[in-house]
Amino acid sequence: MTGLRFGIVLAAVFGASLALAQGGSDKRRSGYRDMGAALQQMQDDDTANPGMLFVQQGAKLWEQRVGTADKSCADCHAAANVSMKGVAARYPAIPSGADKPIDLEGRINLCRVDNQKAPPLPPESQDMLALLAFVSRQSRGLPIAPPDDPRLAAYREQGAEIYARRQGQLNLSCAICHDDNAGKKLAGVTIPQAHPTGYPIYRLEWQGPGSLRRRLRNCLVGIRAEPYPAGAPEYVALELYLMDRAKGMILESPGVRP
Amino acid sequence: MRCRYLLAFALTVTAPAAMAQEIVGDAIPRSLTGQPGDAVRGRAIVANRSVGLCLLCHSGPIAEERFQGDLAPSLAGAGTRWSAGQLRLRIVDGSRLNADTIMPPYYRTAGLQRVARNFDGKTILTAAQVEDVVAYLVTLKD
Repeated sequence: MTGLRFGIVLAAVFGASLALAQGGSDKRRSGYRDMGAALQQMQDDDTANPGMLFVQQGAKLWEQRVGTADKSCADCHAAANVSMKGVAARYPAIPSGADKPIDLEGRINLCRVDNQKAPPLPPESQDMLALLAFVSRQSRGLPIAPPDDPRLAAYREQGAEIYARRQGQLNLSCAICHDDNAGKKLAGVTIPQAHPTGYPIYRLEWQGPGSLRRRLRNCLVGIRAEPYPAGAPEYVALELYLMDRAKGMILESPGVRP
Repeated sequence: MRCRYLLAFALTVTAPAAMAQEIVGDAIPRSLTGQPGDAVRGRAIVANRSVGLCLLCHSGPIAEERFQGDLAPSLAGAGTRWSAGQLRLRIVDGSRLNADTIMPPYYRTAGLQRVARNFDGKTILTAAQVEDVVAYLVTLKD
């Protein structure tokens, strides 16, 4: 009896340490894991995920001819499920012929201006978010895989520096909340580790979709810092750092977040 | 004596925001306004998530505010653990005691980076609000 009990305790200890060992090597967790089951189901079910409406809208825009070149995305890139697979998992990147990194929004607008001869889409516009959602959806389930481009290192470092820098009237840095206090409750809400696994996301608080830039701006406003102006290189630097920090994590786009 | 007190008060209210306060040990013994604060107003400031912001990080004995934080110690018992002067310094600028503190400096404008335009040059709380919060916190005896 005692032996049996001892055996059970031993098995429990071994079982626990095994579970600990499996989860122990990588402590990173997507914000998905911090949500309630109802929201997780909403994200997982394409018929319930509000982000899928934007994916569908993006699919239409993909086929639409625009600009003086009268070209659609599909005219050059053909089927997005092939040509766009992995793109969102890779960006920001330095496009060929350029010397500065741009993010996926920048890449879409570069294509519009250079190839379609159309005006760039305004940031956070419905059409931009729809195209972002559609392109990002093609990488759903893939690991985040930043490009192995040595020219990006300096920009990533700049992003890391901004991430660690105290800012604003509240004198807080990204790192204070999302590294040092992730998992704790800010006003009753779990602080996520800030991995960009689901962008563009449908955020319930926004009652709409938004890009990673919107989220970064939100955090800056929250700590009462001056948001970087639209199009500022600081956003791309931060995105580069965050994507590198989340390297290997699985992309969920379009994500749902509280 | 009374005249000097009034002069000090006049200096405090006319001086630019967040003028230097006299720190003694780990405390600012004297009221920032020269007046005692109001504990009832202080409680309202602490409870208000866009004024005091306290409950974003702290929990406290304010039952009607359901969503409280756990990044920082509970405010319950603050008046047992700290004197009014100690609380005042911790609210004014906790970094004077711990450079790594995550507690925002509620009554300091110097040395902050990229403050949003609508908050630039302003302290998080006014001197009178700091005093109200101090007056409330000293009542929290557990």
